Amino acid sequence: MSLVLDVRDATKVYGAGETAVHALRGVSLQVEPGDYVAIMGASGSGKSTLMNIIGCLDVPSAGEFHLDGVDVGALDDRRQAVLRNRKIGFVFQSFNLIPRMTAVMNVELPLAYGGVRPAERRRRALAALELVGLADRVNHQPNELSGGQQQRVAIARALVNSPALLLADEPTGALDSTSTLDVLGIFDRLSAAGRTIVVITHEADVAEHAKRVVRLRDGRIIEDTRLAPVDGLPPRLKEVTA
Amino acid sequence: MSAVEIVRFAFRGLAANKMRSALTTLGILIGVAAVILLVAVGEGSSQSIQRNIQQLGANTLTVSSSTGGGGGFRMARPQQDGGPRTQARPLTVDDARALADRTAAPHVSSVSPVVSATSQAASYEGASHAVQQVVGTYPSYFEASNKPVAKGTYFFNDDVLAARKVVVIGQTVAENLFGALDPVGRQITITGVPFTVVGVLKEAGATGGFQDADDVAIAPLPSVQQSLTGFGPLDQILVKAGSADDVAAAQAEVTSVLDQRHGVGGAVAADYQILNQATLQETVSAATSTFTVLLAAVAAISLLVGGIGITNIMLVTVTERTREIGIRKAIGAPRGAILGQFLVEATLLSLIGGLLGVAIAVTGAQFTIAGITPVVVPSSVVLALGVSVAIGLFFGSYPANRAAKLRPIEALRFE
Repeated sequence: MSLVLDVRDATKVYGAGETAVHALRGVSLQVEPGDYVAIMGASGSGKSTLMNIIGCLDVPSAGEFHLDGVDVGALDDRRQAVLRNRKIGFVFQSFNLIPRMTAVMNVELPLAYGGVRPAERRRRALAALELVGLADRVNHQPNELSGGQQQRVAIARALVNSPALLLADEPTGALDSTSTLDVLGIFDRLSAAGRTIVVITHEADVAEHAKRVVRLRDGRIIEDTRLAPVDGLPPRLKEVTA
Repeated sequence: MSAVEIVRFAFRGLAANKMRSALTTLGILIGVAAVILLVAVGEGSSQSIQRNIQQLGANTLTVSSSTGGGGGFRMARPQQDGGPRTQARPLTVDDARALADRTAAPHVSSVSPVVSATSQAASYEGASHAVQQVVGTYPSYFEASNKPVAKGTYFFNDDVLAARKVVVIGQTVAENLFGALDPVGRQITITGVPFTVVGVLKEAGATGGFQDADDVAIAPLPSVQQSLTGFGPLDQILVKAGSADDVAAAQAEVTSVLDQRHGVGGAVAADYQILNQATLQETVSAATSTFTVLLAAVAAISLLVGGIGITNIMLVTVTERTREIGIRKAIGAPRGAILGQFLVEATLLSLIGGLLGVAIAVTGAQFTIAGITPVVVPSSVVLALGVSVAIGLFFGSYPANRAAKLRPIEALRFE
């Protein structure tokens, strides 16, 4: 079975000489399809750098990175953009919806850049919003939505392209506990449906929802724990659906 | 990602900040409107001056005496003898007769000696009016100076020989003295001397900047000399050439006849000058086109300033929307789409400004500006519009490029 993520001995150095910062000191991580991985670490552990590399927003200084079988390091700028568009769905801590565009327009955006026809785009965007339970909010602009609703729109936008990987960076960091549960519930259901998810977080509560927890410290993986089998259900699915 | 899509994104981007877009557009609008309108004013004034010159009469040469020049120089030092002449000779009726000689000047078709008196009080039954110019001349003057009669008739050679007190008056004089009455056949007095009106000139139309061409009275030469100017020198001799092609030949003939009669040649400078309407027209049109270019240059500067305004506002927009650019890039917008969006935004600003500017300029050109009826030059419209679009592309390319080059991680981190 081909791996969704295959990071091999990746290092990342910012700056040079004496002021050089070693954000990653040789990280290897393989993620199989259908897995739900939480990457944990305190700030400065290198998790944001790892997330940027996994998200094709940055390339490692050394080492290799394959996303869904594609060697990302060998791609130019334009192809990396295409890869981000097709293979990755981003969910950010601060939602990062585009202001003054309605929910459905925000969700359509990746499809627009992917060259999907308007009618088809609208249909898929509405389906994705339905999936996150926002069918009644499609024509609201981000400033008319609560934080939890905005994050659900962001998840819909991340899913609309059916990406190989859903990559979430502190998805619940800016949410209250109710909205946090909503969002984690959506992730658990997506995982149960077979979606590959990588969540970067520093909250143990969030990590407990994943099937596998990877801990980073000082640019190295120090712990890799499996909470549930890859082809099984996420461990706390029952709680969130109850 | 189709072009239509990019234009839609650009429109949405502009609509997001309507006030700012409107103000930026205003810069280009003023620039384009200024270029078109100022060129139109320049063209309008040029055309009106050309018309004025043409009204003076086509194919004509105006000979007038020059009291300055070489003659004047010698007059200032009368003690120095040996000079061939101490005083410029005035133009006389004999000069005019000599010019009318068909053998000496075959290309001259008519000669009209002219004396004129300015601001003469004319009155009719209590109504009075100061006539700007009273002209004493021969009947050929009407044709040579392009002054057709609308009502009544000209005076004739008999009138000149008999020094009859008859007069042809301009439209302004007729209105001021007679109002709605028919002036033909009535008697007016000019500085106390009675004249019978035989005709009224066709209206020449008051034209900007020049004196009122309708405020004239034209009478036979000896009549005016007797009653108003005295039998002194002529003010002008109006010479009409046979056709436009003969003007140069006629000018040469007039020069040689007058040189002979006035003893001009060698060290003696001419004591008269010849004004050629064609030359005058060329000189004036060269001057007015310089004027138009100057106006256009000033306007072009304002267009440039508008363009810099676009760069400025697009840079602000790009900085302000750095995060948005980061998001778009993170979800897979290629560099070309970002570049296209901001470039189209800048071009739309300048294009909308340009189109509105054209509309305003064309509307403004319907009104008279400072006594000049502007004439819109189509090429200036095309040029101003083209330049405004080019400005959008040029001045928008720097900010757009900056947006496209932003790295997504940095753009996303931007607060």
